[in-house]
Amino acid sequence: MNQVKRLISRNAVPLLFGIVCLLGVYFAKMPGQFLLMEIVKRMARNSFLVLSLIIPVAAGMGLNFGIVLGALAGQIALILSTHWEWAGIGGLLLTALLATPLAVLFGFLAGMLLNKAKGREMITGMVMGFFANGLYQFVFLFLVGTVIPFDNPRLRISTSPGLRNTIDLSRIKGTLDGIWEVRYGFTKFPMVTFLVIAVLALAIWAFFRTKLGQEFRAVGQDRHIAGVSGINVDRNRILAIVISTVLAAWGQLIFLQNIGTLNTYNSHEQVGTFAIAALLIGGATVTKATIGQALMGTFLFHLLFAVSPNAGQTIFGSAQVGEYFRVFVAYGIIAISLALHAWQSKSLARASLEEDLSS
Amino acid sequence: MKERLVAIYHGFGLPRLIIAGFLLLLLIIAGGTELSVAGLLSDALVRIGQNGIYVLAMVPSIQAGVGLNFGLPVGVICGIVGVLVAMEFSLLGFSGFLVAILLAVPLAIGAGYLYSLLINRVAGQEMMVGTYVGFSVVAGMCIFWLMAPFKNPALIWPVGGQGLRVTLTLADTFAGVLNDFLAFEISGLKVPTGLLLFYGFIAFLVWVFFRTKAGVAMEVVGRNPRFAAASGLSLNKYRTLGIIMSTVLAAIGYAVYAQSFGFVQLYNGPLMTAFPAVAGVLIGGASTREAKVRHAILGVVLFQTLLTVAMPVTNQLIEGNISEIARVVVSNGMILYALTRATGGDQA
Repeated sequence: MNQVKRLISRNAVPLLFGIVCLLGVYFAKMPGQFLLMEIVKRMARNSFLVLSLIIPVAAGMGLNFGIVLGALAGQIALILSTHWEWAGIGGLLLTALLATPLAVLFGFLAGMLLNKAKGREMITGMVMGFFANGLYQFVFLFLVGTVIPFDNPRLRISTSPGLRNTIDLSRIKGTLDGIWEVRYGFTKFPMVTFLVIAVLALAIWAFFRTKLGQEFRAVGQDRHIAGVSGINVDRNRILAIVISTVLAAWGQLIFLQNIGTLNTYNSHEQVGTFAIAALLIGGATVTKATIGQALMGTFLFHLLFAVSPNAGQTIFGSAQVGEYFRVFVAYGIIAISLALHAWQSKSLARASLEEDLSS
Repeated sequence: MKERLVAIYHGFGLPRLIIAGFLLLLLIIAGGTELSVAGLLSDALVRIGQNGIYVLAMVPSIQAGVGLNFGLPVGVICGIVGVLVAMEFSLLGFSGFLVAILLAVPLAIGAGYLYSLLINRVAGQEMMVGTYVGFSVVAGMCIFWLMAPFKNPALIWPVGGQGLRVTLTLADTFAGVLNDFLAFEISGLKVPTGLLLFYGFIAFLVWVFFRTKAGVAMEVVGRNPRFAAASGLSLNKYRTLGIIMSTVLAAIGYAVYAQSFGFVQLYNGPLMTAFPAVAGVLIGGASTREAKVRHAILGVVLFQTLLTVAMPVTNQLIEGNISEIARVVVSNGMILYALTRATGGDQA
């Protein structure tokens, strides 16, 4: 009995959201086939991005709001690859190769910055994302076509500077998903994409069994003890962010090859928020995140996303309500998780202080 | 003489010297083009008065030790509700503006108190929790705007009879009541006297507060919590007071902003209000641990003038609207700078 209780209390968040999702599914009254298609598509798109968050959590840096930088690296590579007309799966792989050094550079800079803001990595990471977004817009909305000569009718409208708002990615659209698809009814399961996600999950699992993975864990548990025992804390923290940023860049490419169009100026804006909300809904916290939680959370969050508009239509007579509701859930879950975490660590600190005083 | 110059330099700070120098450069460039410098400065004065109270709202929260108030939208939403109710009853001119404020302030006191209950329990993570509480409140209110029982046809969608519009105009009710009050013009420079007087009055009230006993106690709580607790001050009491003051200022700030801007933007409109305000007070020389009224005033003057002047001048040089991007880069760059400075604080 106690075990059941513990199981429930440990998984309270995913259970709660499971119930909300079930209610949503019930009220949305969507055909099962359609729902399956939606959820398979969304899982294939987003799982990689959510998994990219796990390593910094283990290294004690909290939820990496800076994965926006990785997404930007992916998009910059994609803009260049569209310019050079790379196509097919080879083109996509080449784009991923091109994105990697960019993401390493961005991740390195981000890691250096976060080392100057220990204890407030999350807010710094978030503001860093906004800042990088501003620079990205400055480059691609102003410099391109004025200072940087760049004439390509697919990417630019010649009358005004800057790239087009939407860029057609039909050259690489579905190149990864389409290698091997298994059909079930209307639903196409993109087997290779799921295989890539599985390989990443396995790689993260294996990584935590290496020496470096254990060092990350040690840094995450206590920076000072790790430092005293001879681990280079700052270097490890930078490395964790670099890995996360590179994974996010690849994740954004997987996301965009599925969608097929690049919204030049806002495809990346919500990447951090939505991936983090998904991870938290799976039951992860600021200090602990597992692969299972990431995948479970992606499933629940995107099920909620898929059913909200229709459920809103049935319950409130307005699909708009459902759409606002899901955004509210995304922000709300982050706010609640952060607050709970701060609350718990505060009472833990107080408990240890009282212990010190009494001993 | 030299020492005095050095002292002035240290008091003013390098970032502000750079920004002021850049501003001067922009104004000189503007003088060389067909742009009217007086017109630019008139716009800047309006923007300063319009955003000033938001920036001022950062002062009590920083001084009470809560850090930068990223939860500003909590107060802004209260201001919006006040303005909407005044519009619902078609109250015109000053009565509309005053009713909006009278409604918004008690709402903001209540909301600020609830917000402080949360924030006082998450000491150390106030900024991050505040940001996402602000975002959630804005997103949750989106649902409210859709379902709220407003009936005035000027506010709701023409079809369906329910749900507030995305953008509402104040032109028929109380747009510009402060801006036009005693406004005058000298050689092209329009001065929105009422707006600036009201801003000055609010700034003066905040300044006076920090000279009262409660204000000094709040500053001690923020600066040195251990010392404050040892001398018998209740930390939570002053932190709560600081958050409520900040929320109330945000609500008043919204009413002032709306009457000057002339429109109410609902739904995701207030989502990012905290960021320019946070950047403003930091540009003025505040840190995450210390902020004075003069920092808020200097910051809003420099930041808003920069944004107003930069746009038309750069438009002469390159095409396109650069002001939005300049705002994003400058404000977030400034916040990053403040967060990564080794101040010894550990707020997140």
